[in-house]
Amino acid sequence: MAECVECGADVALHDDLEVGEILDCTTCGAELEVTDTNPPVLEKAPELEEDWGE
Amino acid sequence: MNVGMLYSRIRKDEKLLLSELRDRGHEVTKIDVRKQRFNIEQAPPAFDDLDLVIDRCLATSRSLYVTQFCEAYDVPVVNSPDTAEVCADKVKNSLALTRAGIPTPNTDVAFTKDAAMEIIEDFGYPCVLKPVIGSWGRLMAKIDSKSAAEAILEHKATLGHYEHKVFYVQEFVEKPGRDIRVLATDGEPVAAMVRSSDHWLTNAAQGAETAEFELDDEARDLVEQASDAVGGGLLGVDLMETGDSYTVHEVNHTVEFKALNDTTDVDVPAAVVDWLEATAAERQEVTAQ
Repeated sequence: MAECVECGADVALHDDLEVGEILDCTTCGAELEVTDTNPPVLEKAPELEEDWGE
Repeated sequence: MNVGMLYSRIRKDEKLLLSELRDRGHEVTKIDVRKQRFNIEQAPPAFDDLDLVIDRCLATSRSLYVTQFCEAYDVPVVNSPDTAEVCADKVKNSLALTRAGIPTPNTDVAFTKDAAMEIIEDFGYPCVLKPVIGSWGRLMAKIDSKSAAEAILEHKATLGHYEHKVFYVQEFVEKPGRDIRVLATDGEPVAAMVRSSDHWLTNAAQGAETAEFELDDEARDLVEQASDAVGGGLLGVDLMETGDSYTVHEVNHTVEFKALNDTTDVDVPAAVVDWLEATAAERQEVTAQ
């Protein structure tokens, strides 16, 4: 478990967590970025940029 | 081998690759490009002892520059900066396909609203206006009328980045409610799927339904040609069916494959890592000679 930086709710984490991965807070819907895995740290994910994609 | 993965966001695609690489015992160095500084002469320490770098940058701008730095540091990178440059820009993409004699939708480019309006009137309605840089079906406009064209051109000319003042107008292709995505490694198809939707946009990112697709000889040949036309590498080649033939509308250089992997029986990340291993071995042979 980690805490959502937006609403403070608990966010469930899976075993194969990766730094750089994006998670959704199921309580407030915020996109969160994993910035550390040991221990897990979540930060607010960057906003979508215009040149993102394939 | 020691594989560097350039990223700024780990999607499911990157997780699949990381998992496959680690399962095979490869060392993986994840390189978050947001945290790096790239000197024009000296590679950052993260690049030490890498056999190969795979560019998985989510942002096109980062991808274009970081691959240039990899080349400058003499670190093999897939895809190459040359491939990235052609694929990242729809104008360069269309020119490369046409230059290679590959069927691709007719396209005109203009730099002013008036010139773009002239193109649109000549193409007739509907036609399509696309941003030269962009993905996932964003900011694409199917133009059905003159009044819609005038409004969209006005918006593009007034708002946004200068690239929106490059007006890329394309004929509307009456595809059968679907298009085809082929993942290919140096022109060799790994797997293919159709993306179907009632909407004119059939990108997987726009929620299109996907199903496996078996390529015929003509499609395989076009994929190989399209790959060669943009410089080869790990690519997503997009085709549309036009009656009994195909047209290639674009080639993507930081290809996403999670939807394809869920659609096909082929183990896509395994096939990609097979290719990465072969590519790294090839580079080592060239260096040793």
